Amino acid sequence: MNALPVQKDSQTVPAAYDSKIEGNVIFTRLDAAMNWMRKNSLWPMPMGLACCAIELMATASARFDIARFGAEVMRFSPRQCDVMIVAGTVTYKMALAVKRIYDQMPEPKWVIAMGACASSGGMYRSYAVLQGIDQLLPVDVYVSGCPPRPEALIAGLMKLQEKIAGERSFTAQKRGLVDKLEALT
Amino acid sequence: MTGAELLNSLGARLGAKIGERIEFRGETTFLIDRADIREVAQLCKDERFDYLLDISSVDNFGTEPRFEVVYELYSLTLSLHLRVKLRVSEEDPTVDTVSDIWPTANWHEREIWDMMGLRFNNHPDLRRILMWEGYPYFPLRKEFPLEGLPSDMPDVAFTSAAPMEGGPFVTQPSTATTKDREPRARGPI
Repeated sequence: MNALPVQKDSQTVPAAYDSKIEGNVIFTRLDAAMNWMRKNSLWPMPMGLACCAIELMATASARFDIARFGAEVMRFSPRQCDVMIVAGTVTYKMALAVKRIYDQMPEPKWVIAMGACASSGGMYRSYAVLQGIDQLLPVDVYVSGCPPRPEALIAGLMKLQEKIAGERSFTAQKRGLVDKLEALT
Repeated sequence: MTGAELLNSLGARLGAKIGERIEFRGETTFLIDRADIREVAQLCKDERFDYLLDISSVDNFGTEPRFEVVYELYSLTLSLHLRVKLRVSEEDPTVDTVSDIWPTANWHEREIWDMMGLRFNNHPDLRRILMWEGYPYFPLRKEFPLEGLPSDMPDVAFTSAAPMEGGPFVTQPSTATTKDREPRARGPI
C-alpha cells in the first residue's frame, strides 16, 4: 500500500477514498456500542454466601473459564463491579449487608440470583433465611439449581448479556432533551 | 483407674447431689439439681473430665420443669464420656455459668441463651451469638413456629414469616426414586 502524499495545504485535500481511515470507521448507534462494551466486560461482585460459591469459583477456573465472556475480573470491592452474583443462602442477618454492598456498586449494575436459595430461599423455609434476594434487590437473571453447575451460571451470564444488548440506556437518558428540541422546532 | 471405676468414685463423691444415675448402652448420665451445677462441674473437671464437648438444651414443652440443659463431658486422658443433665423451670429460666471452669462453655451458653432463652448467671458476655441483639424471639422453643415470625430492627435486620406452601419440607424414607424421596412440601402427614 502506498503512503498518501503529505498534504501541505489542508484547504486542498481532495475528497478521495482514504484507505488509512475509512477501513477503520464503523457507523452504529451509541447504545449499541455502549451495550457491546458493557456486556463483554461484566465485572462480577462475588457475593459468595454458601455452597453456590464453590460452583462460582469453578466457573471462574480454567475448565469453564468465565474469562471467555469477559467476566473474569472478580472484584471484592463493590466500587469496581457491574454485576452482583448472589451465590448462596441469604440469611436475614446477612440481608442488609448484601443490600449495602449492592448500594455501593456504581450504575449501571445488574444482579444474578444464583441457585435456589438466592432465588427463593430454596429448601430453607425457615425463620432465619430471606425467601429470595429479589425481596431486596432487583434481580435480572435467576439461575436454577442446588447448586447450579458452572454451565448453568454461564448460561445465566449469557442471558444477562442478551438483556444488556437490548438496553436503550442512552436513548432513554437523552429522551427528555430530544423531546425538548422537538418542542422548540 | 478404668473408666467405670472413675465414674463410680465420682458418683460416690457427689453422693446425694446425683438425683438419678442413668446407664444406657454404656453411656452414663447424672441427673442433678440446678443449684449444684457449679459444684458438680468443678468436681468433674478435677476428676479429669477436662473437655466439655457441648452444652445443649431441650424444650419439653408441656411438662414441668420445662427445660433441660445437657452437659456432654469427655476425659481426654481416659477416653471417657459423661453426661450431666439438669432441669430448669419456665418461671425462673436461669442456670449458673460454667464458663470459668471450661472456657469453651462461653459460646455454648450464649447459643442456649440465643436459641432457647435460658439465662446464665455470672456469664462474662451473655450476648446473642447467631441472631442479632434485639431479635425478640427464641427460635428453638417449641411454641415458635417453623416459618418464623415477623420482626424488624431498623438498620440491623428484619424477618418475615416464610411461606410454607402446605407443609414442612421433609424427605420420605423409602427405596423410591430420588424424585419421590427428595425434600418438598407434601402437606400434613
